[in-house]
Amino acid sequence: MDNTMKKRWISLYVENQVGVLSKISGLFSGKSYNLESLTVGTTEDPTISRMTIETNSDEETYEQIKKQLNRMVEVIKVIDFTEVSVVMQELMFIKVKNCTPEDKTELFQIAQTYQAKVRDYGKDSVLLEFVHTAHKNTAIIQFLRSEFNSIEVVRGGSVGIEAITMPKR
Amino acid sequence: MKKISGNKLLVKALKEEGVDILFGYPGACTIDISDEIYKQDYTKVVLPRHEQALVHAADAYARSTGKVGVCLVTSGPGATNLVTGIATANYDSVPLVCFTGQVARHLIGNDAFQEVDIVGITRSITKYGVTVRKREDLGRIIKEAFYIARSGRPGPVLVDLPKDVMAELGSPNYPETVNIRGYKPSTGVHIGQLKRAVKMLGKAKKPLFLAGGGVNIAGANKAFTELVERTQIPVVTTIMGRGAIPTTHPLFIGNLGMHGAYASNMAVEECDLLFSIGTRFNDRITGKLHAFAPKATIVHIDIDTSSISRNIQVDIPIVADAKEAIEKLLEYVEPIEKKESWMEQIEGWKEEHPLRMKPKGDQMQAQDILETINEVFKDDDKIVVTDVGQHQMFTSQYLEVNEKTRLYMSGGLGTMGYGFPGAVGAQIGNPDSTVIAISGDGGMQMNIQEFATAVLEELPLILCVFNNTYLGMVRQWQKLFYGKRYSMTDLRAGAATRRGEEHPPKYTPDFVKLAESYGAKGIRVTEKSEMKAAFEQAKANRALKVPTLIEFMLDPEVQVYPMVRPGGTLEDLLMD
Repeated sequence: MDNTMKKRWISLYVENQVGVLSKISGLFSGKSYNLESLTVGTTEDPTISRMTIETNSDEETYEQIKKQLNRMVEVIKVIDFTEVSVVMQELMFIKVKNCTPEDKTELFQIAQTYQAKVRDYGKDSVLLEFVHTAHKNTAIIQFLRSEFNSIEVVRGGSVGIEAITMPKR
Repeated sequence: MKKISGNKLLVKALKEEGVDILFGYPGACTIDISDEIYKQDYTKVVLPRHEQALVHAADAYARSTGKVGVCLVTSGPGATNLVTGIATANYDSVPLVCFTGQVARHLIGNDAFQEVDIVGITRSITKYGVTVRKREDLGRIIKEAFYIARSGRPGPVLVDLPKDVMAELGSPNYPETVNIRGYKPSTGVHIGQLKRAVKMLGKAKKPLFLAGGGVNIAGANKAFTELVERTQIPVVTTIMGRGAIPTTHPLFIGNLGMHGAYASNMAVEECDLLFSIGTRFNDRITGKLHAFAPKATIVHIDIDTSSISRNIQVDIPIVADAKEAIEKLLEYVEPIEKKESWMEQIEGWKEEHPLRMKPKGDQMQAQDILETINEVFKDDDKIVVTDVGQHQMFTSQYLEVNEKTRLYMSGGLGTMGYGFPGAVGAQIGNPDSTVIAISGDGGMQMNIQEFATAVLEELPLILCVFNNTYLGMVRQWQKLFYGKRYSMTDLRAGAATRRGEEHPPKYTPDFVKLAESYGAKGIRVTEKSEMKAAFEQAKANRALKVPTLIEFMLDPEVQVYPMVRPGGTLEDLLMD
């Protein structure tokens, strides 16, 4: 059994009902499971929501998490995304503040390099939108933090879906 | 189609589910339901004197009848008083449907009078919980509640009923079928895994069965006994599994765990195959995890996948109902010859440290009381319900559990106050059985008000109070591990003792007088010689249809042995 801590992903089909999100997040807090991120939204079927959950855990705990999720009445299906081909992306906004004109020029170059969109900018700030894997977004935050002294970050959490052909994370 | 109110539909649903006993306590938000039950003169309603006692009574009713226990309480405090009982049922896998009143929908979230988010409060201790938000969902939700409670691994389900939803008119239909897409309790047994397990049974030199509460819940006792006899493999049980095989059976070794018999714990240490059924390897069973059954291949049959490989990594997991799995095993298992040297080794441990209390002159001991119960009620079909503490452990050690005896207790949550109301529920569900409650002076006082219910329902209970004037189990830990600092465990301490004066009068309360004040009988026993007569008297009192309380005055210095040090290994037993 792999008892090293690592990032693992679960995709959940759940009933689109009041209290289900609370029940799922309550399981993680109540049983002391790590919860890195959780996203939720409705699907093509309005009675079903889908969640993408990222957790940092060892394999033993991870097995328990999946079993505990599976036994919940409101959970329709649990899919382990850790070892399958999935497309998984995260939306992230970064606002860089107190920019000099040189900073702004550099940010436009950064945006080009990292395929970010410049969503807005003002006299001394720039708002960038990134859609990447959570892993890459983390790296971008680290980089921007080292380059600029005032940044504001909002991350959306990963959303994932099984790939058709290409594996990508 | 004539429309009916939600209240009417609820009563109709109870009828269709075959609910003949309802444990209820009324209030503003459920008064319409009470009224509907009255108008239809439908079900037998039992009115315990506190909602916690109510849910424990429903719990023991469910355990002892195999039916779903049904509670109806009001919103707010009525609902919150259920919490301990719901958690108790959840840990011991007891099927309950708890209906709670709720304020009208437009008041939800307003901090209205007697409003609480009971579904939120109980989310982590129910199998399922839901607030009915639309009248048209009511029938389906009730149907699902009963189905979820009793299927798979049974458990408590909470259905929260806003007052206005219940008043609304709607369809009179109660659905006949259930289809929940996220809930398909596993049935059937994986034959491949089972065959692997059977192979292991044949090969093992020192095999051991470990039976947990799942065997009893599934009603698999007979099949299990047959399996044990065919394979000639010795058995240990958890306290919840006690009775999986008659405790007088020659292949039964004893309970394992914190207060298990020396031979049982040694057998777990030494076995090369631990064939376990219906247990979740609770920490009170395993002691230190890495040292549990160190030499054994472990087979684990459990209905709940999440119980498998949670605490103990198992080699052969089998997800199945205990009874189905055992019956399947019986199809495949060939008779096996008794492992003589293994049995001799076990007998050796039994002789080395037999399970018995050290005699202290003529002093009455818990073991004497339990052995007297075994003797006096030998031929009675009986149910014994305990509270939590030393008396519970003594009962799990010395009460004979066989085809005629069933034993119920709060094993998982360890809820003090369970014993008395539990006995009430068990007697209501089994009017012809002798029901004996065994409690301590602490736990008895946690639901003492149930004398009213027991007397008015004419329940001929036999209520044993093991009175040592202390919270004995905690005191035992204080005596052994906390330098005899008896903090908060002396039930006769108070202002006088804080001033350094003598303890107040010996009987606080005077249980005998208390019983009598409710119209029950009370007997106090201080000497060994009085025990048998007291039980004979209680037995005779059953004809009068009144409960009899017998208070046994015991020495607080007496401890439960053997004992595995908390967090220790099973080998490291403290002996008297």
